Amino acid sequence: MNALIPGLLVLASLLALAALAVARAARWRAGRAAAVDAVAGLLAMPGRYLHDVHDAVLRDPVGRAKAGDTGRAAARMHMLTAGGFIAATALILAVHLFALGGVVLAWLLLAFLALMSAGLLRLYARRKPEVSPRLSRGGFDRLPYAFTAFIVFFAIATLPAAGLIAPFSWASLGGLALLALGAWACIELYVGMGYGPLKHALNGVLHLAFHPRPARFGATTPDSALQPLPATAERLGVEQPRDFAWNRLLAFDACVQCGRCEAACPAFAAGLPLNPKKLIQDLVAASGTHGSDLGYSGSPYPQRPVGSAHGAIDKPIIGSGAMIHPDTLWACTTCRACVYECPMMIEHVDAVVDLRRFQTLELGATPNKAPAVLEELKATDTVCGRPTSARLDWAADLRLPLLAEVEHTEALLWIGEGGFDMRNQRTLRALVKLLREAGIEPAVLGAEELDCGDVARRLGDEKTFEALARRNIATLNGYAGRFARIVTADPHVLQVLGREYPALGGYYSVVHHSTLLAELIEAGRLKPAADDSGRRVTFHDPCYLGRYNGEVSAPRRVLKGIGIKVVEMNRSGMRSSCCGWGGGSTFTDVPGKRRIPDVRMDHVRETGAELVAVACPNCAVMLEGVVQPRADVADLAELLLAAVEAGK
Amino acid sequence: MALDIAVLVSVGRHPASARNRRAVLDARALELALNVPGANIHLIHAGDADEPALREYLGMGVERLSVLGVPAHADVLPVLVAHLKALRPALVLCGAAAEQGAGSGELPYRLAAALGMPIVPAVAGFELHGGRAQLAQALPRGRRRGVEAALPVLLSVDRAAPEPRQSAYARAQRGQIERIAVPAAPLWQPPGEEQPARKRPKRLKLISGSGAERMRAAQGAAASAGKGQLLVQPEPAAAAQAIYDYLLSEGILRG
Ligand code: SF4
Ligand code: SF4
Repeated sequence: MNALIPGLLVLASLLALAALAVARAARWRAGRAAAVDAVAGLLAMPGRYLHDVHDAVLRDPVGRAKAGDTGRAAARMHMLTAGGFIAATALILAVHLFALGGVVLAWLLLAFLALMSAGLLRLYARRKPEVSPRLSRGGFDRLPYAFTAFIVFFAIATLPAAGLIAPFSWASLGGLALLALGAWACIELYVGMGYGPLKHALNGVLHLAFHPRPARFGATTPDSALQPLPATAERLGVEQPRDFAWNRLLAFDACVQCGRCEAACPAFAAGLPLNPKKLIQDLVAASGTHGSDLGYSGSPYPQRPVGSAHGAIDKPIIGSGAMIHPDTLWACTTCRACVYECPMMIEHVDAVVDLRRFQTLELGATPNKAPAVLEELKATDTVCGRPTSARLDWAADLRLPLLAEVEHTEALLWIGEGGFDMRNQRTLRALVKLLREAGIEPAVLGAEELDCGDVARRLGDEKTFEALARRNIATLNGYAGRFARIVTADPHVLQVLGREYPALGGYYSVVHHSTLLAELIEAGRLKPAADDSGRRVTFHDPCYLGRYNGEVSAPRRVLKGIGIKVVEMNRSGMRSSCCGWGGGSTFTDVPGKRRIPDVRMDHVRETGAELVAVACPNCAVMLEGVVQPRADVADLAELLLAAVEAGK
Repeated sequence: MALDIAVLVSVGRHPASARNRRAVLDARALELALNVPGANIHLIHAGDADEPALREYLGMGVERLSVLGVPAHADVLPVLVAHLKALRPALVLCGAAAEQGAGSGELPYRLAAALGMPIVPAVAGFELHGGRAQLAQALPRGRRRGVEAALPVLLSVDRAAPEPRQSAYARAQRGQIERIAVPAAPLWQPPGEEQPARKRPKRLKLISGSGAERMRAAQGAAASAGKGQLLVQPEPAAAAQAIYDYLLSEGILRG
């Protein structure tokens, strides 16, 4: 009996964990049904873990607040601690419960405990003496002690089996104290996997297997298209936690509170009342019978207290007295920075959009100017409420042919909302001139071009999005074979036409102007002169070009073609930081301590750049709206046109 | 006893796209009614019950819309009078003028006359106190005038009234449309031919001078050259007194 005690401790803890896991699964099963290929998911799980999760962990967290807080350190800590822990668990059962393996296994067990100690040192370094503000405290702060207790207890308990000391009895004062330590460690580490900080281990594995977006794993470009509304739901969008699909509830429950999303979130940085980590934690808390954020120990939503939010699986999530305040929901720019950073592969943006759908479609509670925009979209098919026939007013002298008048065009130019905006008309003019310079005569749809539906969709108005999309698709399909590809200067158009129309039956080859311009330079069809001004130039990656479409090289190739060496910002490429326009947030306009574009312009300032190149009409407007002194803002097309004209 | 409010709504037309929508003024009339606590709102339209734009009113949170089935171009006055006489609401709310059809703005007056009700035009807001309505009437340039009226009364609503709430898709779809058959109504003949209005270009007056001067000219110098009073670095008490006196003189505060 005496020798069995350590093994029984582990066994009992594992049984308790199993019971907790069953109870936890009941919480997730309260969600809506979801089509999940469980077998394929389970088979793919190890690969997803070793590849996708590992890659995400390995990236250094944004804005590291502490030396040594690197992705590599986090990965090592996990490999040593978790790997050692799993192996040690198996060996404890073998050695202490079944008395297998004799001295050899006992020594092996000691070796794995030593391995865990190496990981434990990194865990101490991570959490002592101070913790990065993005990390949560609470139960997480006890983890280093629990692992220490675990290692000490099982090391001593294994010494006799390893032949190092004589067997001893636990029924002494020292033995009982040691036993208490071991029992506490087993509760924290094994049973805690069912409710505490370590639940990310178990839930993370299940989440990887039953992920709501299996296509994201191993994909060459991001799986970023929003998903259509489920046709059969009694409520449109998500009101209560149980309106989420069950595997989304599981996904939230896998969050390890690492705060990598928080560190990357532009709204959080600007002091808007949004923190993606707390958003996910609030959704977890609300998925039980009585939920509150009292147990939350990370950074709050800026400007808001922690501890007064309440929710339950069958209670509305959004509301001023509910789990999540509407301002938090509407502060999100849908920039996907959180999704890109999250090592647990959680899809924050899907959750935000689902919640918005209910607010907009069921409640009519879209805030500020957004309802007016949606109403204009419905009545005029444009965001600004002007007739579509006015979209080309600025181009009267360019005599752009209508697609209806030409037999075929290499490039159907999709003008977008930028056509109504004087600042972006400059970009569009430059683009048209460049295309003609390269021998491409673009055609346009003219009054037939309706808004693509991006703003409506991100504001949760799926019905208006669908109506616009279907009519655009009908128009485009009517011209099938008459255009080779659609060219746009607006990454939001690129996303919606290229990635979101297929679900509604519109399949087109859509390119962003940066991609096309890079091709034309490389093919020698555009011959820019090298920029010899010597000015420092940086490039701001649009979220909808980089993180949504995976295109970060083309803009840099264009700038290289002009002879500009880009001085990169700390946040660039796939890790760029949003300008603050996306997701309709200029219309919902939730106040923060600062404006998001001001924060981004600070990043530009850090590089000392005199000019920031952009590749999106909305980024141009947002960044140009920052008060002087600041860097100049110019679209790639404007810069390239100047260089091409200088080259003549 | 709940207060009966009849809100008369029409089909609007967007000026840029000529597409049907909820009418700007009628939606404001409904918004005012929705803000009366415990009111029993009767939402009424005379026209085609199958017009989809009507659902936008339901989307504002009313469960039912009663449609008096008259054909296009019918004179809606007689059917509305008959319906409202039977309903006997304490308040009748409608927009000041329709966005299509005759759109003359006469209907509220004729209706009030036929019902024997007083009418208050250009209403921007109201409160009800014991059988009387305290009204804010919109005057040009953002000014307001307080008016009091005994119920029942017909109010025609001005653009200055609060913006209407968002129309929610799901509520619009779930709302009911009640079709009410009415006796044949006489047709209304448009006097002449209808054609889209064309904006006349405005003659530009060239103003030279500083930016501030040009801005003032663009805003209409007459408007700002009023009886304002300029206090330069006044004592706080004097400044407060000046604001207080102004609010009194405008009737915003009562002494
Ligand atoms: S949501 Fe993801 S990135 Fe954010 S705290 Fe949770 S696990 Fe970390
Ligand atoms: S999508 Fe962007 S703004 Fe929204 S929560 Fe994530 S990081 Fe923050």
